[in-house]
Amino acid sequence: MEKMSRVTTALGSSSITGRTMFCHLDAPANAISVCRDAAQVVVAGRNIFKIYALEEEQFVEKLNLRVGRKPSLNFSCADVMWHQMEENLLATAATNGAVVTWNLGKPSRNKQDQLFTEHKRTVNKVCFHPTEAYMLLSGSQDGFMKCFDLRKKESVSTFSGQSESVRDVQFSMKDYFTFAASFENGNVQLWDIRRPDRYERMFTAHTGPVFCCDWHPDDRGWLATGGRDKMVKVWDMTTNRAKEIYCVQTIASVARVKWRPEKKFHLATCSMMVDHNIYVWDIRRPFIPFATFEEHKDVTTGIVWRHQHDPHYLLSGSKDSTLYQHMFKDATRPVDKANPEGLCFGLMGDLAFAVNESLVSSDAGRKPYPGGDRRYPFFSFKKPNPTEQFAHVSSALSVFETDLDSSRMDWFVKTAQLYLLSGKPFTELCDHNATVAQELKRPQVSTTWTMLRIMFSDPAPGPNHSLSKLGSLPLMNSFSMKEMGPESRLERCKGESRPDNVHLEPGNSHISNNNEENEETEGSDGPTEYMFGDAELDDDDLYPMEHDNQTVPEEPVYTLPPEAFQLRHEIIDNPSAPEHLQQDKADSPHVSGNEAEVACLTPIESFSLISISQPLYSPHLHASFFCPIVREMLSHYAERGDVQMAVSVLIVLGERIRKEIDDLTQEHWYMSYIDLLQRFELWNVSNDVIKLSTCSAITCLNQTSTTLHINCSNCKRPMSNKGWICDRCRQCASACAVCHHVVKGLFVWCQGCSHGGHLEHIMNWLKNNSHCPAGCGHLCEYT
Amino acid sequence: MSEEGIEVPRALASGPSAFIPAKELLIEGLNQDILVESFLSLGRVDHLTMVMALHPSYLSCFLRTQHALFELDGPLPRDWRHYVSVMAAARHHCSYMVQQHSKAFLEAGGDKSWLSGIKHAPVKLRSLHTLNKLLAHRPWLITQQHIQELVCAGAEPRWSLAELIHAVILMAHTHSLCSFVWGCGLNPEPDHIGGYAFHPPSPSHIPRSPHSPAHEDSRPELVDGAVEVEVLMKRMVELQQQQEEEECTQEEMVTRFERQRSESIPTAVVRGAPPELVLGLVEEPEFRYEDFAPRGEQSPSTMRAQDYSWEDHGFSLVQRLLPDMGQFLDEEFQVVSNLTYNRMAMHEDVDTYTLRKALWNYIHCLYGIRYDDYDYGSVNVLLERSLKVFVKTMACHPEQTTARIYHAFWRHFRHSEKVHANLIVMEARLQAALLYTLRSITAYIK
Repeated sequence: MEKMSRVTTALGSSSITGRTMFCHLDAPANAISVCRDAAQVVVAGRNIFKIYALEEEQFVEKLNLRVGRKPSLNFSCADVMWHQMEENLLATAATNGAVVTWNLGKPSRNKQDQLFTEHKRTVNKVCFHPTEAYMLLSGSQDGFMKCFDLRKKESVSTFSGQSESVRDVQFSMKDYFTFAASFENGNVQLWDIRRPDRYERMFTAHTGPVFCCDWHPDDRGWLATGGRDKMVKVWDMTTNRAKEIYCVQTIASVARVKWRPEKKFHLATCSMMVDHNIYVWDIRRPFIPFATFEEHKDVTTGIVWRHQHDPHYLLSGSKDSTLYQHMFKDATRPVDKANPEGLCFGLMGDLAFAVNESLVSSDAGRKPYPGGDRRYPFFSFKKPNPTEQFAHVSSALSVFETDLDSSRMDWFVKTAQLYLLSGKPFTELCDHNATVAQELKRPQVSTTWTMLRIMFSDPAPGPNHSLSKLGSLPLMNSFSMKEMGPESRLERCKGESRPDNVHLEPGNSHISNNNEENEETEGSDGPTEYMFGDAELDDDDLYPMEHDNQTVPEEPVYTLPPEAFQLRHEIIDNPSAPEHLQQDKADSPHVSGNEAEVACLTPIESFSLISISQPLYSPHLHASFFCPIVREMLSHYAERGDVQMAVSVLIVLGERIRKEIDDLTQEHWYMSYIDLLQRFELWNVSNDVIKLSTCSAITCLNQTSTTLHINCSNCKRPMSNKGWICDRCRQCASACAVCHHVVKGLFVWCQGCSHGGHLEHIMNWLKNNSHCPAGCGHLCEYT
Repeated sequence: MSEEGIEVPRALASGPSAFIPAKELLIEGLNQDILVESFLSLGRVDHLTMVMALHPSYLSCFLRTQHALFELDGPLPRDWRHYVSVMAAARHHCSYMVQQHSKAFLEAGGDKSWLSGIKHAPVKLRSLHTLNKLLAHRPWLITQQHIQELVCAGAEPRWSLAELIHAVILMAHTHSLCSFVWGCGLNPEPDHIGGYAFHPPSPSHIPRSPHSPAHEDSRPELVDGAVEVEVLMKRMVELQQQQEEEECTQEEMVTRFERQRSESIPTAVVRGAPPELVLGLVEEPEFRYEDFAPRGEQSPSTMRAQDYSWEDHGFSLVQRLLPDMGQFLDEEFQVVSNLTYNRMAMHEDVDTYTLRKALWNYIHCLYGIRYDDYDYGSVNVLLERSLKVFVKTMACHPEQTTARIYHAFWRHFRHSEKVHANLIVMEARLQAALLYTLRSITAYIK
């Protein structure tokens, strides 16, 4: 402990020791300051004004400067400063506008020395000259800065900030005559103490008040400022124009900023509102604090480094009525908790991956995935100073591009564009969408659409082509459900990239092995085949051949292992399929028994299969009978990542299914789909979806951010105010060329001569005329 | 149409305000642009806009705030926003505001039945009742608990902080606007109840609207009026010069503050029953302003302006929860506090800073907010009693403003200057109410 806290930098004779510690104050603190030898600290606030000694293990109260039964408002301090040369000299800024100096050497209890009541409003800041013993500067809400010579009764010079409130004043550490002042309107001014008539330079540092500023202790040109706009900025003042060289974005308005001694790039900040922590930033890494102190329970109001050459001790006072000494080694380091890896999917299925270089190089030989990946060049931070405490920061960025067809997203875009979601009878929509899916080589989706049509259209045989073709009964519908489980599983296999496929394979065969054990009676060629066989049996008689026939030519497209197709062939060719079905139907109890056993293996199947056994014989099934199944199906698609299907079906089915699915889920699906569409810049489709959705939360999306910014048609400059008059050229903007009134609503214009007006007016005009109504002679066309 | 037996309504009021002659508004309105603009964007120029147009620089930022508050993106749906305002306006029995917002509420697609009584509105809106009541009459009683009841995880129905702050700003905005409406004696719009009649008024019947107090003849005598202005001017100059007066003790300062706060300004005690229109929209109509902290009992402590100010704290919180709104409000406050034409009554080139400051601080004092760096003695020097009566009535019991009160103060000042005073009262009141609520919210999220 002792060794760790020993300070190695040059501190003169006495080295500082101590630990993280705190003490309770009686009242909230507004400001703190330390004396030069770093042994005592003064705390000032509205109801407190005390001096504490900093001992090894604790704070010890040395002196209460707030004396008298009913202390005057002069004791209500907004700021306090301990002179850095004179050990007995303190100055405070009072909320009532007084500037008070205190002499600790006085024998009486009341140490008040001088009182200046020249400011009319609250004094926000007092500042002693760093080397001059008698020079004190104050900045007040009334817009004035005053310089006092403590040997005189009144101020020696007054600097006017043109009635803008002064928030902070700071003498430059290096330039004897210079001081900086920050203002409520966002400006920072530089003054020469000898010239009270006019500032040397002024620049706008922040939007809104600049609450604080601090000169760099070593670098004479650097000034740090913090403002209500949540920024800390570092300015280089050596150039002609103040130049912003660093900028740190914090999460709350910045109340105080203090450079860290002996560390050129470090500064500490605390905030005015909401955020109670103290941050130490490395200004070169503005995105994450270098260190954080999280002890305070209310906003921190004062921070000060204990010794001007020791970077390891920070003192802070807070509204929570505590005074803390923070040891730097006890600070939390947000960097350590930050996730050093970044991972992101591109729109088209590419994958970018950034990681600490050292991790990558350790297993550089291994390529994470087979297939096309290429290494992008390394990005790394420069590291000018090897003694800096940040770990070597450099990371490698790799981008993996897929060339697998399965993970391409073209189908998504095409599907989104081609699907019809409304505007036609239900059956036609389904047929259309089924065709679209079919053409995009997504047979399962296509099948789903067809099935939906069958399930939800009227049982009247008229529009049901496939049914009439089959010549079978509506009750066949129920069988089609069985197909869902295995079929979709097959689809899934296709969808996954290769490695996953390999993983799935053993699982499948395992399941089918079980099947085999259960149903030995039915002859089959092999374990894997059996499972599909079972499914396809039912599939076959509902979708006579056309479905399967069409999948055959696609075979080369899929990158699946050949066995998967092998078995498909066999199913198709299986001549006994119809008999099987017949048998099943004739022997219902037997079937259900068998099915039940299968069901326990594949949950999706179970639902449909169990429910089949009973209504198998009822001639008409109400559409609502399928709702639970369709619901399962939609969730299944959504979970698989094909939220497009889920939403499209939801919209097309409309009332038929909506009540079955809870609003939150629907909203979630809609949101995901809309998000996807917008990423692919399919604005029209996304708007359609928003319009067609039935969730109130979604439809209202169309009503937000509907502001349209327009330029004046006369002077071509943006219309700043609402209304239809341009405030620059004082003309009505966007007047109709026909009726000369302002067009509110649909405005149509000729792309040749850019004249236009009300849609209807232009339409009528161009019915009878071929020239532009504005008389410009252009031959406009209306199409 | 009259021949066909259909009664044609006629507008009753002869101008936007019952206090200010219509032609005065027109003469002083060298501000066509802003009126044209507001006509084009709103489709009409209501009385409120016409009166405010006396101060075009304020009007333009007021309209921007209003637009942002009611039209732009925000956490509350548009019809709710107007309903919240209806609830708020009903507290001050301000049928003008109630009708304006009821109309907008219906236009935004609101449910008509809500307007017939607050019991038809959703529970979530009704749960604002307590906050509405306190904000309107005694904002200093708002505590962390009130916020917690609406926001905390178990609250049912639950408000999000952003929604709540939106509602709070809507309410505070409307309350203070009610002060302005009453303080300027705005006449009902021609389409408001009381703004039209089916029979032309008989000559003996002076056009008077039911809810705005009518003209009372109180033409001031010229003599002492002119003297008044002179005296006030002299005092202002004196105050500005005597910067380094004798240092008074804190005790003395506190006493001065207390004196202002507790000074009994007789605000009219008689109050008519609330108009029918608002009856259903108010719960607990008997809850009213009471002087801040009757000493001893419950005594809420005074709020120190230095400890929680709009610039340092309020702004950041609003900006955080409702982006851009802080900016709009900030602009409004700044415009009002800097608004001056450097003239007073018949004098030109006057620095009115001290007078404006005194007004602002006096209102904050009525609401229990104290500035350490202000000597409340100067309030007494600068604000004559009749002005205090007006200000206190307007800020605390706006529905009791009468023409007599309006005409009694600053008898030689222009109407535009009185409207200026109205604006200061309105904004000071808005800021005071917001500060208390925001302080509670800060305490809650800590």
